[in-house]
Amino acid sequence: MSFSQNREPITIEDGFKLIDAAVTKLTRIIEGKPEPPFLPEEYIGNYTIVYNMCIQKPPHDSSGPLYEKYGAILQAYDKLTILPSIMEKHDEYMLREVSRWWEINKIMVRWLSHFFYYLDRYYIARNGIPSLTVVGMTCFRDHVYEKVHFNVKQVVIALIHKEREGQQIDRALLKNVLDLFVQNGMGNMERYEKDFEDFFLTETNSYYSRKASSWIQEDSCPEYMIKAEESLKKEKERVSHYLHSDTEPKLVANVQTNLLVSVAKQLLEKENSGCSALLRDDKTDDLSRMYRLYHAIPQGLEPVAVAFRLHVTAEGNSLIKQAEDAATSGIVEEQVLVRKIIDLHDKYMAYVTDCFQNHTLFHKSLKEAFEIFCNKKVAGSSSAEMLATFCDNVFKKAANDKSNDDSTIESTIDNVVKLLDYISDKDLFAEFYRKKLARRLLFGKFSDDHERSILTKLKGQFGGQFTSQMEGMGTDMQLGKDQQTGFEEYLKNANTGKPKGVDFTVTVLTTGFWPSYKTSDLNLPLEMVNCIESFKAYYEIKTKHRRLMWIYSLGNCNLTARFDAKPIELIVSTYQAAVLCAFNHTERLTYQELIDQLNLSHEDLVRVLHSLSCAKYKFLKKDPASKTISKTDSFEFNSKFTDKMRRIKVPLPPVDDRKKVVEDVDKDRRYAIDASLVRIMKSRKVLPHQQLVSECVEQLSRMFKPDIKMIKKRIEDLITRDYLERDTENPNTFKYVA
Amino acid sequence: MRRSSAASKKKSDSITSSTTDLFRSGPSKATSKEMDRIDHLFNQYANTSSNLIDPEGIEELCSNLEVPHTDIRILMLAWKMKAEKQGYFTQEEWRRGLKALRADTLSKLKKALPELEKEVRRQSNFADFYAYAFRYCLTEEKQKSIDIETICQLLDIVMGSTFRAQVDYFVEYLKIQNDYKVINMDQWMGFDRFCNEISFPEMTEYNPELAWPLVLDSFVEWISEKQA
Repeated sequence: MSFSQNREPITIEDGFKLIDAAVTKLTRIIEGKPEPPFLPEEYIGNYTIVYNMCIQKPPHDSSGPLYEKYGAILQAYDKLTILPSIMEKHDEYMLREVSRWWEINKIMVRWLSHFFYYLDRYYIARNGIPSLTVVGMTCFRDHVYEKVHFNVKQVVIALIHKEREGQQIDRALLKNVLDLFVQNGMGNMERYEKDFEDFFLTETNSYYSRKASSWIQEDSCPEYMIKAEESLKKEKERVSHYLHSDTEPKLVANVQTNLLVSVAKQLLEKENSGCSALLRDDKTDDLSRMYRLYHAIPQGLEPVAVAFRLHVTAEGNSLIKQAEDAATSGIVEEQVLVRKIIDLHDKYMAYVTDCFQNHTLFHKSLKEAFEIFCNKKVAGSSSAEMLATFCDNVFKKAANDKSNDDSTIESTIDNVVKLLDYISDKDLFAEFYRKKLARRLLFGKFSDDHERSILTKLKGQFGGQFTSQMEGMGTDMQLGKDQQTGFEEYLKNANTGKPKGVDFTVTVLTTGFWPSYKTSDLNLPLEMVNCIESFKAYYEIKTKHRRLMWIYSLGNCNLTARFDAKPIELIVSTYQAAVLCAFNHTERLTYQELIDQLNLSHEDLVRVLHSLSCAKYKFLKKDPASKTISKTDSFEFNSKFTDKMRRIKVPLPPVDDRKKVVEDVDKDRRYAIDASLVRIMKSRKVLPHQQLVSECVEQLSRMFKPDIKMIKKRIEDLITRDYLERDTENPNTFKYVA
Repeated sequence: MRRSSAASKKKSDSITSSTTDLFRSGPSKATSKEMDRIDHLFNQYANTSSNLIDPEGIEELCSNLEVPHTDIRILMLAWKMKAEKQGYFTQEEWRRGLKALRADTLSKLKKALPELEKEVRRQSNFADFYAYAFRYCLTEEKQKSIDIETICQLLDIVMGSTFRAQVDYFVEYLKIQNDYKVINMDQWMGFDRFCNEISFPEMTEYNPELAWPLVLDSFVEWISEKQA
């Protein structure tokens, strides 16, 4: 349609008048005043005015002025209508006005843009100037938003405060208002952040800081945590209801800092309700809450883990002290203490897996705590020794009492392996364990399954080298059975029969596997000598190039003693048997005679004589009949002895070899340190002192914690032996001497 | 060809002519007259049967030089001579030392001693001298350490004038402790470093975590306990 060509050009004056009229009508409509809506013709008419004015030939082409007019209309509306209305009101009413006029403005801009649409298509596009919508938004921003945002923000924050204190507020209103802030950023969040969010966060900060101060005074730890959790929940809800989602992380961090981080120490260390108390009293819910709250904060769990570690250490230390106090006459009750430690471990491991969600930080804390008190000595016994004794007792008991079900033993074994992990002197444990294992194996007090089970578990945890000797001992016992059968066959066939009618069993031990034992030049009774000789002959046939070393101290013997009343079978050690047999040929012997005849050491003879003449059963009469053995005593076979039992076991108390074990282990450690130092220097060639020491400690840490002084001494020794030398330039560095 | 053989003939002539010419190639050329005087001096103190100056001779030498025979300067003289065996000077060693000192009479030797001392105390030389002092006391072939008593005396002689306090304390410590019956070269050298690097008796710079010999760690600990 080209009706415009025949028309008179519309002047600016006329055009503007028509436009103003349309705008007046528009404003009445959108302000809700009674006014009939635009008819389609009117709508098109308005559009056409603009259109015509734009396409008119110069000098009547009015795109520029029309663009200006558009801006002016909106500006006038903003300044003269919108802003005054808002300024009249206060508080929540003001917010409503703002919200209302914001919506109206949007509609206004939209409608007006439709009227002036033609400008958008050509004039604006051609000139690269802001679009009609942008002009509309900018206008509102500059003439309304900039003037009112401060007050609006104040009202909003006041309302939020009201809500925090428990009152109901109009959330939808706040959402609209805050949305306004966002929109007035016109593409970025700056207005929202600077004009609202920053103030909001500052207010939040002081709010929660105040709350924290008062709650921490009044509330117990669990109560406080519940309040903290509640607060965080509410603030997150606040975001979803009316704050912009960008605010959430800042808000959460703010609340956490105030409620949880700055008071962490006070909270966790609260007397009677803090971390320690909760652990003690099994308050799993509260502990889980504590974990949840602090887990959300970066590095927040650290103070909790520290509190955990301190508590567990304190518990452990008190167990140690209890045991120390209870250790009368220097004897420790290992069974009780170790059991208690195992229980403690189970209890706190449960916390780690449940409340603390298996977090590595807590595993570490538990480990550190146990490492502290598990390495303390009790009444002179090291933890390594105590643990070995504990195992020994458990196994001996289990071997005797078959009713003990295997699963408890198995779980005890698991616990032992776990505890061993915390003990730094693992090599010391191994040595004590080996000594006790030897006694168990040789005196028949063991269950094969249990022994095998613990060795497998120890091997799995600490490597084959740790258990190789013990495994060897087991193998020896196995082979021993076959060996004995072979020996008995030999006796039968060789027609020698039992030497002097004595039943004789030999167990052959491989030297490297078993603990070292002293040999003694005991003079055996003739009957025994024959046994020894016959086995020697047998063994020579079986294997060449092997030397047998007889350890009589480990043997035992069944003797029949013919007392006047009745014969009684005595189960005694070889040494005891030798002493008793001496009385086969003489009624009475002095101590000196016994020493000469038997060739025992004084220490051993005293022990043996004591067990036979001063203990529960007096097979020998001692003259004088005092309680201790002296070198001037003399002894006589007590033919008058009798007992209702037909069979008596006479225990010979084992010598306390703790000192020897410690010495042996120290010696091995020296070699281990030497080997480690040489190994390190061989590969590194040149190394500063401190690094050498720390690498050495690291290498050996699986077995024991080396003493720094000992390492230094070994280094000096290696220098003297020309393995290492000091660097001439730098005396703190060592060089490997090839 | 002919010329060189003539030259070499000349040389071999000169070699056989006098033993003292062996020293002609040395840094300080002694004239044969000087060498004679040096030898003459040697003979004054040497034991005629062994052709060595033995302890007796050294004692006499010391009294003639008016220097106590436990004085460090005699040790320095031994060092200059590169003497191998404690208590004895061979003729070669004697010649070496005195030639280096340019002393062919007793008075010149006496005058040379302060200069010698200055030379030894120069930092570049002292460490060498210090190590030499230790080695000088090793009497057996495979010996690597020296007993405590000898060490104490040696410390006094070698370090007494410069580090009196350290020596006194260390000697006291060595005498009362039981861990060490002998001191080896590494520990000996450590003491020199200790005196030079650590202030005494504050010892604030001392750090037992460094590679100081363990005996010094114990020594420092002992002093700290005493001071407490």
